[in-house]
Amino acid sequence: MTNSLLVGVDGSDGGSRAADFAASRAAESQTQLVVAYVIEWSPYSFNTPQENEERHKRREEEITRAESDVVQPLLESLKARGVDAKGIVRHGHAAEVLSQLAKEEGASQIFIGRRGLTKLQALLFGSTAGSLVQISPVPVTVIP
Amino acid sequence: MKKLLAAFLTAVLWAPACWAQDAAGAEMGLDERINQAISPVTNAIAGVIFYSVPVSDEIGLPVIVVWLVVAALFATFYFNFISVRAFNHAIALVRGDYSNPKDAGEVSHFQALATALSGTVGLGNIAGVAIAVSVGGPGATFWMILAGFLGMSLKFAECTLGVKYRNEYPDGTVSGGPMYYLSKGLGEKGMGGLGKVLAVFFAICCIAGALGGGNMFQANQSFQQFVNVTGGEGSFMADKGWLFGLIIAALVGVVIIGGIKSIARVTEKVVPFMAIIYCTAALIIIIMNIGQVPAAFGAIIGGAFSPEGVAGGFIGALIQGFRRAAFSNEAGIGSASIAHSAVRTKEPVTEGLVALHEPFIDTVVICTMTALVIVITGTYTAGGGMSGVELTSLAFESAFSWFPYILAVAVILFAFSTMLSWSYYGVKCWTYLFGESKSMDLLFKVIFCVFVVIGASMNLGPVIDFSDSAIFAMSIANIIGLYILFPVVKEDLASYWSRLKSGEIKKYGGH
Repeated sequence: MTNSLLVGVDGSDGGSRAADFAASRAAESQTQLVVAYVIEWSPYSFNTPQENEERHKRREEEITRAESDVVQPLLESLKARGVDAKGIVRHGHAAEVLSQLAKEEGASQIFIGRRGLTKLQALLFGSTAGSLVQISPVPVTVIP
Repeated sequence: MKKLLAAFLTAVLWAPACWAQDAAGAEMGLDERINQAISPVTNAIAGVIFYSVPVSDEIGLPVIVVWLVVAALFATFYFNFISVRAFNHAIALVRGDYSNPKDAGEVSHFQALATALSGTVGLGNIAGVAIAVSVGGPGATFWMILAGFLGMSLKFAECTLGVKYRNEYPDGTVSGGPMYYLSKGLGEKGMGGLGKVLAVFFAICCIAGALGGGNMFQANQSFQQFVNVTGGEGSFMADKGWLFGLIIAALVGVVIIGGIKSIARVTEKVVPFMAIIYCTAALIIIIMNIGQVPAAFGAIIGGAFSPEGVAGGFIGALIQGFRRAAFSNEAGIGSASIAHSAVRTKEPVTEGLVALHEPFIDTVVICTMTALVIVITGTYTAGGGMSGVELTSLAFESAFSWFPYILAVAVILFAFSTMLSWSYYGVKCWTYLFGESKSMDLLFKVIFCVFVVIGASMNLGPVIDFSDSAIFAMSIANIIGLYILFPVVKEDLASYWSRLKSGEIKKYGGH
């Protein structure tokens, strides 16, 4: 499967603007749109034994919530617009996972919203769009 | 089981009743009364576990230390020096090179290792080493490092088994550890009866260990350090161990009973940071005195075989080193197996390989640094009979006058995170014995908090003896089971290793 388009969503306004923009591109070019929701997670955090024990359960809950609250409603509205779309939910660092998915899904382009952070906020919390632009294997479109 | 519980509660309640009795007449402090009431019991337990064979007139060789070292030595040869062979592969596993990105979000190898480490890196590395060096001379360090190296193979076996035989519940949570591999693993071998007995014995000892080394020892040493930095004998807290204990008990209680995750999270994040500060300070002292490092190594190696002025000579140094190493890295004890079982992996062997690094980081790296600082600064001879955390503190103070304050914070935080880990091990064994229920869970946690207060109120001697004996007793059941299950681990390892070499198990790209 080649030449699909990938859009990163997170339930925010920026994410839905990006999905909206990507959907019209996908419709124009008759390609599949892959909707990706990345749950922020690091394999290098320090946890208590209790947290580790419950981790599997929490992970399932996080995935279910992301699918039911964000991905499924979005896929339905895309289908209504006649766009061929599929959803993926995965844990990890947003920019890294989106780059990885672009390779896996053979996406020719990634669409992503932005949060409009100030310099200080970006420095403190990291900007997904900023790091994605640096590491993505394919062109990235950032939707304001 | 109910009888056992009743006996245990009687023991717990008996102590306070005793010091209440003589409270009327005596003018003793509350600390001393607690001490007097408990010492006979702890001394008796320590006497049984540390039964010693007299080697010379001066010193005996505790059978339990031989038991641990022989098992570690056997594992090292039986798994063909897995600790050396798989060292680099284990690093790749921790880095996540072999983790499927689709499984992201589960407990990673790194997290399981970090969690287990936060339970073992602690006072054993700071206070335990000081005890070893002050009693056994610099040579004890050599035996400690050797025991740490041998312990790697033993830790590999027990953590592999912990994951292999864990229980997975319908709600997705898991419980693992020696009590499960002893009962299930030995059951598979047709020794279900023995397995059950060993599992119950292990669980009882683990509960005692959780209350001893995982709790009282920690509370005791952090209180001592706190008194030290706030003015020693003249400190406003000097005779108020019970008050310090109450404060720590309240904090522990808030986390483990109240479920206040934020405190636990802060601790889990600050502890690695403190470990880095501690190691950096040790490295700086070592580098500042780089000229003395060869002499220090000379003293360590020379002292290992022909120590001067150490009771029992060579054997005395060896016993101290092995004893402290086992207490610090817990290989063969079985505790880390409980923490490592939480990882989700299709290959239990991978978790065992990751666990190899635990005795390495804990004993071979961190303990050696503490020992070098104590030996280089010469405080073990100049310390004037000081032992435990005071000696380490003095050694660091001779280089950085302000370091005891940092060390006090580090000691209290290490102690706190170790207590949290051990309260978890204790709960797991408690619910294994008495059934998984909310009320049993709560009961153990309350008892755990009571023991924090007891630990902070006692002298160093009785606490150390009790904590040592309880923790070492865990190894009796655990290692019997390990000998029987070693072939299972070997088979799994051979299968994993051949698939790794043939390229069937591959690295995932993109990392």
